[in-house]
Amino acid sequence: MRSITIGESTFSCQPDETVLETLLRENVQVPNGCRQGLCQACLMRSLDTPPPVSAQNGLKDTLQKQNYFLSCVCHPEQDMTVALPNQQGASVEAGVIKKRLLTPDIVQLVLAYQSPFNFFAGQFVNLKRPDGLTRSYSIANIPQHENVLEFHIRRLPNGQFSSWVYDELEVGAQLTISEAQGSCHYLPGRAEQPLMLVGTGSGLAPLYGIIADALAQDHSGPIHLFHGSRDLNGLYFVDEMRELAAKFDNFHYTPCISGEGIESNHVQGRAHDIALSSTETLSGWRVFLCGHPEMVNQTKKMAFMKGASMADIYADAFHVMQEHK
Amino acid sequence: MSESQETTSQTLYEKLGGEAAVNAAVDIFYRKVLADYRINRFFDNSDMEKQIAKQKAFLTMAFGGPNNYSGTDMRTAHARLVKMGLNASHFDAVMEHLGATLTELNVPQELIAQAAAIAESTRNDVLGK
Repeated sequence: MRSITIGESTFSCQPDETVLETLLRENVQVPNGCRQGLCQACLMRSLDTPPPVSAQNGLKDTLQKQNYFLSCVCHPEQDMTVALPNQQGASVEAGVIKKRLLTPDIVQLVLAYQSPFNFFAGQFVNLKRPDGLTRSYSIANIPQHENVLEFHIRRLPNGQFSSWVYDELEVGAQLTISEAQGSCHYLPGRAEQPLMLVGTGSGLAPLYGIIADALAQDHSGPIHLFHGSRDLNGLYFVDEMRELAAKFDNFHYTPCISGEGIESNHVQGRAHDIALSSTETLSGWRVFLCGHPEMVNQTKKMAFMKGASMADIYADAFHVMQEHK
Repeated sequence: MSESQETTSQTLYEKLGGEAAVNAAVDIFYRKVLADYRINRFFDNSDMEKQIAKQKAFLTMAFGGPNNYSGTDMRTAHARLVKMGLNASHFDAVMEHLGATLTELNVPQELIAQAAAIAESTRNDVLGK
């Protein structure tokens, strides 16, 4: 008989029982719906062993990679430690080693950690300051042996956390970081596939990580980045991106300014409009969308209608602009 | 065993190509539904991932695949939409897109008819009649 551990409790999974059935029998609250592996309401994550492949059918590839599974069709093949998607795993301490302004509105923050920490470029973590105030920010770098995490934090009007980062946080200070979350990241395989990445403002952070990851993993298909902002203060890393485009033949960069009457040599218009009109079809493309929730949701639909498969669209909407990201 | 015998012993779901066929059909089908101004308001959900999962469940059922949906489930799931005005004309439109999707995938007419018949059998439950 297999055992299922969730939080502090361990239960026995009876023969023929699914993980969902075991947990419900033990009065553990697990959202569920169709109970046939389709609606994905009962999504859970295995924290120790890879779940049976049959329990991952239909899940986004990035979620499969992170050992997510559908508990209603999961007959455990070995003992499992599981968690609900919103359950937080262990957090680690990290110290500020660098802080600099990228534009008057966006600060680059680099943290160093000592304890083991795993992530995919493009995922986000919750940053917690000593008094407990917590916000989510996307990781902008790829995993390296230096054990650092880079963030691009936009100062929001009345943003409690972002203002504090701007005005008070100093090199040497300690923060707590949650485990990395989110399914918007690059996976190797299908190296010839064209990639389209659209980001607004600090939505460039996860995209920057994803691009670095794709290039480090020898992605050979064209990679098209469209970075947009209303004004010049939201557009950053322009030189870095141009250098990258000069270095890699398959990387193409289009900075876009959507505000009226702003003098610049960037493309005039909204990044997602320019991105979508740049190609006849998105059939066969992989699409990454990060930033303003409205832009992300609209573009997701438009990219799908333009031929991208839903399985190939990865999105990270920066919700609640005042409080998140 | 001859080929024709093997074909007759297969279920509709197997003949259509099983889960791979559902995966091939779902994007095409959902794109048609979202592009149809008559019905897209019933399907327009900000969470497109969840919508796609639901469309997959629907297609799996119509293809004669494994499913546990009861008439009561169908009623409960669509009650909110019936309140929004869901009626027979909308159901017909969905049936149209199901047929067009399978035609686009070169499924033989005879199998399309079988899938359509399964989908049709849910009409009263979906419309809360």
